[in-house]
Amino acid sequence: MAETPERRNGSSRREGAVATDPVLPPAAVDEDVREAEERKWTPGKIALWGAIALLGGVAWFMLAVIRGETVNAMWFVFASVCTYLIAYRFYSKVIERYITKPDDRRATPAEYKADGKDYVRTDRNVLFGHHFAAIAGAGPLVGPVLAAQMGYLPGTIWIIVGVVLAGAVQDYLVMFFSMRRGGRSLGQMAREEFGVVGGTAALIATLLIMVIIVAILALVVVNALGESPWGVFSVGMTIPIALFMGIYLRYLRPGKVMEVSIIGFVLLMAAIIGGGIVAETPWGADIFTLDRVTIAWGIIIYGFIAAILPVWLLLAPRDYLSTFMKIGVIVMLAVAIIAVRPEISVPAFSEFASRENGPVFPGALFPFLFVTIACGALSGFHALISSGTTPKLVEKERQTRFIGYGGMLMESFVAIMALVAAISIDRGLYFAMNAPAALTGGTVETAATWVNSLGLTGVNISPDLLSQTAENVGEESVVSRTGGAPTLALGLAHIMQQFIGGTAMMAFWYHFAIMFEALFILTAVDAGTRVARFMLQDSIGNFVPKFKEHSWRPGAWICTAIMVAAWGAVLLMGVTDPLGGINTLFPLFGIANQLLAAIALSVCLAIVAKRGTFKYLWIVALPLAFAAVVTITASYQKIFSPVPAVGYFANNAAFSKALAEGKTEFGTARTVTAMEAVVRNTAIQGWLSVIFVVLSIIVIATAVLATVKAFRSRAAGTAITDTEDPARPSRVFAPSGLVPTPAERQLLAEWEKVPADLRFERAGHH
Amino acid sequence: MSTGLAALSTGFKGFARYLGGVLGADAYTKYLEHHRQAGHREPPMTEREFWRDRTDRQDSNPQGRCC
Repeated sequence: MAETPERRNGSSRREGAVATDPVLPPAAVDEDVREAEERKWTPGKIALWGAIALLGGVAWFMLAVIRGETVNAMWFVFASVCTYLIAYRFYSKVIERYITKPDDRRATPAEYKADGKDYVRTDRNVLFGHHFAAIAGAGPLVGPVLAAQMGYLPGTIWIIVGVVLAGAVQDYLVMFFSMRRGGRSLGQMAREEFGVVGGTAALIATLLIMVIIVAILALVVVNALGESPWGVFSVGMTIPIALFMGIYLRYLRPGKVMEVSIIGFVLLMAAIIGGGIVAETPWGADIFTLDRVTIAWGIIIYGFIAAILPVWLLLAPRDYLSTFMKIGVIVMLAVAIIAVRPEISVPAFSEFASRENGPVFPGALFPFLFVTIACGALSGFHALISSGTTPKLVEKERQTRFIGYGGMLMESFVAIMALVAAISIDRGLYFAMNAPAALTGGTVETAATWVNSLGLTGVNISPDLLSQTAENVGEESVVSRTGGAPTLALGLAHIMQQFIGGTAMMAFWYHFAIMFEALFILTAVDAGTRVARFMLQDSIGNFVPKFKEHSWRPGAWICTAIMVAAWGAVLLMGVTDPLGGINTLFPLFGIANQLLAAIALSVCLAIVAKRGTFKYLWIVALPLAFAAVVTITASYQKIFSPVPAVGYFANNAAFSKALAEGKTEFGTARTVTAMEAVVRNTAIQGWLSVIFVVLSIIVIATAVLATVKAFRSRAAGTAITDTEDPARPSRVFAPSGLVPTPAERQLLAEWEKVPADLRFERAGHH
Repeated sequence: MSTGLAALSTGFKGFARYLGGVLGADAYTKYLEHHRQAGHREPPMTEREFWRDRTDRQDSNPQGRCC
């Protein structure tokens, strides 16, 4: 190590420095050069950041302070993008400098474990897209829509501030720490850091949380497709399309991924257009008009078959399709919002912001707004992607800031666009669509009367508007189409038709939106079931070793069946719930997702503490404390609140009492069977909340103990076991962000001159 | 005009390549590159074998997809 010139390989300030090959150019930009570059503020740079800050400030002022009749959607774009840029440039740099401390002289797993298959160095910009496509799905599209009940401002602030201080921090840290551990999964890291008790609690919590998340995503699809022959036909067609693509890729033209994706996309468009034609015919309407329970059973059976079929046949091709659509749709939505610039007439804070009895989701703003919007602000599920998959592909350590932190900012922007789409539609329409049928009565007349009786300022909806909207989007009815997806689809269709095609195209855009949401969700359901199945197999394998053999078919089938039965039961419970389903279950989804975030942040907290970074521990502790307070408060209220609309057990007691008194209808339940269903559902939901919160408290407590222990051993000077993989010298270089800095360019030019055969260690490792 | 078209075509090709990268369409090329650089003695898998192996390994190694 002594022979290596210090300067060429960066300063020795960093701990655990590795000696890179002196024959090669340095694998990292010199520390002092980079530092100088970052700290040098040219007038141009100052003017640029000044302008960004000013524009962002004006935009926030327009959103938060000015109370006009309407606010233009562009201010949402400016406020979010400017905040993201500033957070990325300044806050994530602080995290990089004081917490992660990346060292580009160290090889990443993609370099030292390179196998050309799972561990492959991937261009940072490509990996950014890849990672983004893996984390973004239906979540950020649904939560903000439901949260719009409280007005636009609470949701906007939480999405933007939440991502900057919590969501992106979690994704970045988990990705970085997993990368330093050869791409280990969150579960493995939890076990390493917390030991058996904490690790097991984290594992069980993760498994349960996945069940809830899959069930509620499936519920969103069921609600979007119920009584919609067009939707059922076009979403149903994705199955034969994916099967065709799978066979094409396996037998006809292996590896032609782009080609088959384009073919699949064209077929998908044909399925959407065809759906409109089929739904018009009497036989089409007959076959494809299905009630929600039938669709739920369809998804359960589909989920089981899809999870045991080989990946190449259904999952892989649909994943290509889903990724293709994801990027296309998000670009399209951004372009349309910027081109159309819709005026928003929803108030900053609605009447429901200060009440607990909102029809879309019950409960007060704190904590329920913060669990309703999980994805887009802070999503624990990302920790499962940020550990395991992406870290095996990262080329250089410094790129994790761009991919992890930057990728999450991008998802947050998707959430903002979903919010804009949802609030661009008429407010009366919004409530008519998102309130359960028990409140709206299900017909246009009753829905209009109910919405107008809410006494919302500026809301006066006519039954005609409701039936006209349904006709425009090619649906039988839009009343009580809960779950968020139909509202988002309507908002998107509303914006897109002003951009392309006018009212005539509205039905197409609506079903286009339903289609891509269903596609994302079905992929998540399938992948979620598979991942959960393997976790279950490994867990059972601790007692019955045979289950650890992944190729043992009966084991795989039994575990798949258990997982599908678990989420299927929750799904059916939601579909048949007399109280509405989505409004009682969605809080559980948010709570589950954020408890997972709390678990992930706990792992990060323990790791950061063990690395001896106590001064900046607050960067992790702050989002962890917030997530813990929000979810524990929300769980507490769901368990102990005396208000039946909020507390599961309070509702349970109210219905049990009514049954005991011999009543035949109570609240929104019109029959004794419905009342019994409420008693059963609320008991299950209540106990699930109890289990979640207990497990999470165990995990968080273990993390705090591990942190305190690390602090004490550091003070006492005892050695702390490091769980990182040993450092190995890197033999490659690549810039860290979107645009290379001058110093990076210079170094790149040096690397260009190195003969290719010198760059990589030859043979030996296979 | 023709330079404009050429620029457009380069831009489009770049975008297609990027999208292909995100989808993972270039996995086989990267595998071959790795195989060459690592200096393996045995011949690399054919394209058909490679994709078969890739999806079959995913069967027992599922990748998460987020909500």
